[in-house]
Amino acid sequence: MLTKRIIPCLDIKDGKTVKGINFLELKSVGDPVEMARAYSGQGADELVFLDISATIEGRKAFSALVERIAMNINIPFTVGGGISSVGDAAVLLRAGADKVSVNSAAVRNPSLISEMASRFGSQCVVVAIDAKNVNGDWLVTTHGGSRFSEKELFSWARQAESLGAGEILFTSMDHDGTCGGYACSAYRELSGMLDIPVIASGGAGNASHIVEVLSPSGGNADAALAASIFHYGDVRIPDLKKRLAEAGIPVRI
Amino acid sequence: MTGIIDYEAGNIRSVENALKRLGAEYILSGDPAVLSGCDRLLLPGVGEAGWAMSRLDENGLSDFIRNTDRPLLGICLGMQLLCSRSEEGDVECLGIFGTQVRHFRSALRHGSGLKVPQVGWNSIGGLKTGLFSGVDDGAYMYFVHSYFAGICEDTVAVTEYGLQFSSALRRGNFMGCQFHPEKSGDAGERILANFLKLP
Repeated sequence: MLTKRIIPCLDIKDGKTVKGINFLELKSVGDPVEMARAYSGQGADELVFLDISATIEGRKAFSALVERIAMNINIPFTVGGGISSVGDAAVLLRAGADKVSVNSAAVRNPSLISEMASRFGSQCVVVAIDAKNVNGDWLVTTHGGSRFSEKELFSWARQAESLGAGEILFTSMDHDGTCGGYACSAYRELSGMLDIPVIASGGAGNASHIVEVLSPSGGNADAALAASIFHYGDVRIPDLKKRLAEAGIPVRI
Repeated sequence: MTGIIDYEAGNIRSVENALKRLGAEYILSGDPAVLSGCDRLLLPGVGEAGWAMSRLDENGLSDFIRNTDRPLLGICLGMQLLCSRSEEGDVECLGIFGTQVRHFRSALRHGSGLKVPQVGWNSIGGLKTGLFSGVDDGAYMYFVHSYFAGICEDTVAVTEYGLQFSSALRRGNFMGCQFHPEKSGDAGERILANFLKLP
């Protein structure tokens, strides 16, 4: 039986792991390769690394880091942040990443999704969507949540799927960094309407939040992504998997 | 010496890294003359089958692969290319394994509720051949795929995702696995280590 995935996410800036609190204040919390190895050993099913460097030097450091990560871990990982062309994606896949995620560039130029899917296969293409709930509508934001686009979450997710996205990684900007739980009803709706896997991101504060977002009666997401609760050691992955198994959610133990 | 068949498929780097972790010597080449000097071969692949077959045909690799007598392991798309035909790009493949590659969507019952691609860790069972020596029946492996190979007489591992499909195939010196052993933790690395020891 296919299991639900637990995905620690590492935000990378200048070669270090950071966790943005509502994407604003950055705290350095560790060395990415060391953290990747530790998570892999603890039973993480997959890892995500997001490059939040804005400079060319930062981008180069990131692809060098991707090579080191690929050398040191034997579980899959996705990389994202600032990918705006098929060429950008090719560099990172060549460096050893298994999947690439696109966000703002796909909002600006949706055909990027189909170009990447036809070149690398849909299974390599993760479309990341950041959205904010405004008066009941989930409005898609870009540039780390700082700008509103003209897109709406559900129609954009459906369009991304039809263009060839292999997975949707939706982050609720209202929940991200709050540790108050995931936007479960939005995941439930998204998961029910898409044929591709949905990764939930933003809001995990404890193990119960992850149980809730993965359970069929809760968010029914295919995977749960979290950062600070893992980085700060509030939730240990082996304990979390045990909790999930006890709740009847299939996990790899 | 292990030869990794290079035809610009995405995950060559991960396969290289796994071989490095296992301390294996390898070369990366798309040239049949170089590859014919290797004592075993890996055919990796992430990508689209139609595109991949045309790459193999252009470089004379299709004929080389069909005729090699060395142990050859296809991974993911590499395994699918060893089958007779793929629905992806509606393309004729290398014709080693007696099964076709189909899209989950065209084979799963409507309303199955299953996502396509299958992404994540699933278990493998009914394990046959020395490739799986020391690997538990029911071990979890990492899969990322929208297309699958049906069950046939060459099936040596079975996985269930709405239907049963071949998670590994073997015919003589030709082997293939749908999952990514290089991304499947320690159990996956064991499979690669077993392959490297095959005579």
